[in-house]
Amino acid sequence: MLAQRKASGPMVSAERREGSPWTGLWAVVSKEVTDYLTSTRMFILELITVLTAAGTVFVASGRLRETVGQDPYLFLRLFTTGREPLPAFVGFLVFLVPIIAIALSFDAINGEFGQRTMSRLLAQPIYRDAVLLGKFLAGLFTLALVLTTIWLLIAGLGILRLGVPPGGEETARVLWFLVLTIAYGGFWLALGMLCSVVFRQSATAAMAALATWLFFMIFWGIVAGMLAQALRPVRFGLPTELLAQAQLEQALSRLSPNTLYVEATVALLNPEVRSLGIVLPTQLEGAILGAPLPLGESVMLGWPHLVGLVAGTLLLFALAYVRFQRSEVRA
Amino acid sequence: MDDIVIQAEGLTRKYGDFTAVHALDLSIRRGEVFGLLGPNGAGKTTTILMLLGLTEPTAGSVRVLGLDPARRPLSVKARVGYLPDQVGFYDYLTARENLAYTARLNGIPRAEAATRIEESLRRMGLGEVMDKRVGAFSRGMRQRLGLAEILVKRPEIVIMDEPTLGLDPEAAREFLELIRGLRAEGITVLLSSHLLHQVQAVCDRVGLFSHGRLALVGPVDELARQVLGGGYRIIIEAEGEANLEQALGRVEGVQRVSRTGPARFVLDAAGDLRAAAARAVVDAGGRLLALASEAPSLEEIYARYFQKEASHAGTA
Repeated sequence: MLAQRKASGPMVSAERREGSPWTGLWAVVSKEVTDYLTSTRMFILELITVLTAAGTVFVASGRLRETVGQDPYLFLRLFTTGREPLPAFVGFLVFLVPIIAIALSFDAINGEFGQRTMSRLLAQPIYRDAVLLGKFLAGLFTLALVLTTIWLLIAGLGILRLGVPPGGEETARVLWFLVLTIAYGGFWLALGMLCSVVFRQSATAAMAALATWLFFMIFWGIVAGMLAQALRPVRFGLPTELLAQAQLEQALSRLSPNTLYVEATVALLNPEVRSLGIVLPTQLEGAILGAPLPLGESVMLGWPHLVGLVAGTLLLFALAYVRFQRSEVRA
Repeated sequence: MDDIVIQAEGLTRKYGDFTAVHALDLSIRRGEVFGLLGPNGAGKTTTILMLLGLTEPTAGSVRVLGLDPARRPLSVKARVGYLPDQVGFYDYLTARENLAYTARLNGIPRAEAATRIEESLRRMGLGEVMDKRVGAFSRGMRQRLGLAEILVKRPEIVIMDEPTLGLDPEAAREFLELIRGLRAEGITVLLSSHLLHQVQAVCDRVGLFSHGRLALVGPVDELARQVLGGGYRIIIEAEGEANLEQALGRVEGVQRVSRTGPARFVLDAAGDLRAAAARAVVDAGGRLLALASEAPSLEEIYARYFQKEASHAGTA
């Protein structure tokens, strides 16, 4: 029997799996999106986000009205102006988007096991690929839908309150900002997804994802600073030492998706920002400070950050994919 | 050849050092109801998952409808319906919505799906509740919903894992009735169970699982001949001075006589020997009080088989 198997081995391995791995993908996506949009969880998330959006816009527009006419990028300031104790809208998004994304994905896979629907689902003529990707796309679509709604809401409220319509470039910048925010959400969605594959209990998966979020939100900045001090100590107070330490700290902090998102956002929404790295006084020689960059240049500044976020998303998704393909069907 | 719809040869599945299924050979003909029996953990579910391509075999080969489920999973799963152990549904959706999702995954056109869903729900006796949320369904209703889902696919083979587990006797009886209905339509049914008396009532053939091996395969009465020595069991109540036990033992075809009460004897026989046994009692001068025969129960075959196996293991 062994010999027989050996003989048939190569032939079998040359044969490919039949059909497309995406068979049934859209059936999964449409069912999941319907589930999300009709769920109570979604309603709560929307309520929170809309409230924060409205709150920050009113605060920002209240302040901006005093300076109408002086600022060429008035509309962008809607997103970046805050007043104590409220942070700007961007500041809210940095921690709200991960929470929304995790809330959408932490029980994606283990929920199916918990309801005992997984074996029934996989007994249908589809591949596991379609289940995992379908759920991810549904989450991303839902997230994009919510964010776009909020964007339109802010734009509308802003126009009403300020009485100034956004210019073409401002609109383009805000659209890029939207794309960036969705990519940022995608990262956390993929993380929640990975947790839902790895942990069989939904609650454990949620806790693990939130712990990661908390780590990047609060501790990573401190850890990056400490690591930089340890690895590139300032012994003699030389400018090169200080520079090396600062550069390492920045490089380390950019491992956090939050840093990537914030930096790219800063570049997009503040046209005056010319660099996201450390700028030496010598490099500023001859520069006209405060002169805005064109849109293309601002996008290029944040481009590595966007690519980094997408790469992180793909990495997490790939890990989830491998784990899910190898997992046993029975609960 | 076309008659064999499920064929396994040397099918083996290992989890690390543990062998869940060991060199399984099995062939199931079109239109028969086959029961996989065995205690929990004997490898029934693993075998089923390999038949569906949901778990890859470590060694050996499987053909379902002539296809390899590991290589052609979509074709196999489109033509085979599976009712898992403790089937679950999306509780927040109605029965109809749950089945509509399955129909979409199977690529059944919407209009066609709607008629098929309604038809199969009605057939399973769920016509009244098809727009109710599944969350409120009882265990028996979920099980019937699972079967309705399978019927929407119009499968050639239906595989059920412990279909009557957790059902009350009435619901279990109804469910077995539905399985008989499938056979009448020419659908091949493979079911696993450890509730032997239920399986006995519906299966054409059974396979006894023990520690990952298929120990015995065949129709129930044939297994009875193999394991119990006799296919029939005759119960006699008789009184008399003479040694009736000896007299009964002399009847041709009787393999064993055992006295189970003061005037009660049980014969294991190769055939229906009631007439001969009655004559033997009368000839020996006894008074015959009652005479009955009963088909051997699967439970007994099972118990006896594993007793034998255990005693073999004990002496070895």
